[in-house]
Amino acid sequence: MIHFLQHVVHGVSLGSIYALIALGYTMVYGVLKLINFAHGDVFMLGSMMGWYASSRWTQEAAHPSWLGAIAVTLVSMAICGTTGFLIERFGYRPLRDSPKLNSLITAIGFSFLLEYGGQFVFGPNPRAFGALPISSSDQFPVLGVSISYIDVLCVGVSVVLMVVLHRIIFHSRTGTAMRAVSWNPSVAALMGINIDRIISFTFVLGSVLAAVAGILFASAYRKVDPLMGLMPGLKAFVAAVLGGIGNVQGAMLGGLILGLAEQLVASYVSSQWKDAIAFSILILILLIKPSGLLGKGAAEKV
Amino acid sequence: MRRILPSLLALAALAACKKQDQGSGMMSPDATGPIVIGEVGSMTGTEATFGLSSANGIQLAIDEFNAKGGVKGRQLQVKVLDDQGRPEEAATAATRLIASEHVVALLGEVASTRSMFMAPKAQQAKVPMVTPSSTNPAVTEKGDYIFRACFIDPFQGYVGATFAHDNLKVKKVAILKDVRNDYSVGLAKNFIEAFTKAGGQIVAQESYSNGDVDFKAQLTNIKAAAPQALYVPGYYTDVGLIARQAREAGITVPLLGGDGWDSEKLYEIGGAALEGSYFSNHYSVDDLSPRIQEFVVKFKKAYGGQVPDSLAAQAYDAAGMLYDAMKRANDISGPAVRDALAQTKDYRGVTGDITMDDKRNATKPAVVLRVGKGGKYEFSGRIQPEGMKESNPAEAPRANPDQPKKTEGNTAPNPAPGTTPTPTPAPAPGATTSAQNAATTGQRQGVPAGEHPKK
Repeated sequence: MIHFLQHVVHGVSLGSIYALIALGYTMVYGVLKLINFAHGDVFMLGSMMGWYASSRWTQEAAHPSWLGAIAVTLVSMAICGTTGFLIERFGYRPLRDSPKLNSLITAIGFSFLLEYGGQFVFGPNPRAFGALPISSSDQFPVLGVSISYIDVLCVGVSVVLMVVLHRIIFHSRTGTAMRAVSWNPSVAALMGINIDRIISFTFVLGSVLAAVAGILFASAYRKVDPLMGLMPGLKAFVAAVLGGIGNVQGAMLGGLILGLAEQLVASYVSSQWKDAIAFSILILILLIKPSGLLGKGAAEKV
Repeated sequence: MRRILPSLLALAALAACKKQDQGSGMMSPDATGPIVIGEVGSMTGTEATFGLSSANGIQLAIDEFNAKGGVKGRQLQVKVLDDQGRPEEAATAATRLIASEHVVALLGEVASTRSMFMAPKAQQAKVPMVTPSSTNPAVTEKGDYIFRACFIDPFQGYVGATFAHDNLKVKKVAILKDVRNDYSVGLAKNFIEAFTKAGGQIVAQESYSNGDVDFKAQLTNIKAAAPQALYVPGYYTDVGLIARQAREAGITVPLLGGDGWDSEKLYEIGGAALEGSYFSNHYSVDDLSPRIQEFVVKFKKAYGGQVPDSLAAQAYDAAGMLYDAMKRANDISGPAVRDALAQTKDYRGVTGDITMDDKRNATKPAVVLRVGKGGKYEFSGRIQPEGMKESNPAEAPRANPDQPKKTEGNTAPNPAPGTTPTPTPAPAPGATTSAQNAATTGQRQGVPAGEHPKK
């Protein structure tokens, strides 16, 4: 039983990071009906910039402090936000009126550009990340299960950011505009909404969340390399689809389910099966409930 | 005409060059000029340190042999070609050395992938090839002219098992292997065989795939099995992360592994979680045996104080093996040298006594290094291959010669020469005996950065 609970704790921690990345997928999809495949690589950029900010540009990693960690996170958020903005401005906006497939292929192109450009610029060697004053070995026991402070931080930050995001989308003017654009862009434009600005805002918001996820992931697993965004990015995409793409709570739920499923499969079946399971979930959801667990179905949008 | 003239001139010059080239090439098979040995290595590129270290080791060896009078009255000469770390370039370089330099033998490459590209060329031309440090078993399977001066990957599984059983005196070991990597699977398989044969028990077997970052599920299972040591025969990046997460999961026993650990990145990622863990390797400068210390002194003298890494030592031995074979061979033709190489027995190399087995792999000892404080590697024992004995009694006290396999090191107190070692109480997992600490005088950082040779 204790082992089971321990697996659950690990699963929730991993799932909350998937959820944070999934939020970016789901928001962009919600507004633009575009799967931004470069999102996982913006997540990588978040970790990488965090590493640069803490180990290359400053000596923060040598003497980590909370204040320093927050500064590092802000720097990484700023860089990722800018990158997200630029990708949308110069990659997707010119293609907004062409068929969706064109944008999708551009997204895959950006993903490769960030991955292999990253290998070229940062070098392929993995680096050790240590910007936070706590490490995953700082733990406390609860009922015989050891929980690390990083796990708590991951879950806490994810929940807080999700609440903030929910507030922005449902209780702010920008959020109302986002929902309007999602519902019908041309009508929204007629209502005086600046569509370009709203879409840019959505990309920046998603990229900033990816940067936070990148910092948390790098702190929990310590390794940073240019291809690290590939798997978490795909898993987060599965999580977003599982929860119902376009739905913020759905992304959170999907992330948690995926994280738990992965840990439990790795521990009770075989670690070789865990990725297979993640993608089987994707296929099953697409077959049985294409709109996802909390998705509302496309019909309502008409 | 004005346009044609320069190109004509260029052509003529080229032809002249070619002729000259052929001329000098033709000379070498004659009985008077120097004997040319070809070397292929990554002298530039991301793995330049591998090629440069090996070239230094080989040059040092060749200079010594020439000082001793060379082979059959002729001096030796090495012709080095750079492959930039690219497999196709290695094949081209081998072809060039064989066709236009008429080399009698080839030395190289370090990386198994590149050796496998070179091997068919050497085999086809019946030119013996000795790779100093390609450990993938498939390399020498390319043909009967291909040899190696190092042990093959799976041998390290035996080394790890013997060290765990005889030196650490543990009985229960868990295994965490990389299923996507032949190297890791091979080491794990041989470890299990040797360890169970020695009377040990494998209490848990878990796996991961290269590139994974989350090992908590596997490690939680391993912890439940309560092993006394954990064998992780993977590459340094994964191992660093595994070490960390193992400590977080509450696994305090030492980790064991193979030469895939050998990188400065290992400690950068794993940090203090790795301290007190052990891995097998080819050679250690901290090994106090006189052969190694003598080599270290010679190498430092020749290369301005540079400490020889394991690639340099192995390259030195590869050249030595070749020299030894050429001296024994009737003539220096390919087949004669090949036969002599295949008969290599107890060649006293720096990295240990080398004997060729019937698959042209070197049978030789391995060393076990301990990861100490701050990521320093400490020499903590040498493991002989099954059935092989140390040839030099001056080096270390001998254990009972009837024992089929023999381990010798500083972890267990050294017995007096000629006596059977008395069983010592099992040390607490992770604990180090004072004998070991006392024996560790010099310390060394890992091999320079770069990808692992087998990657």
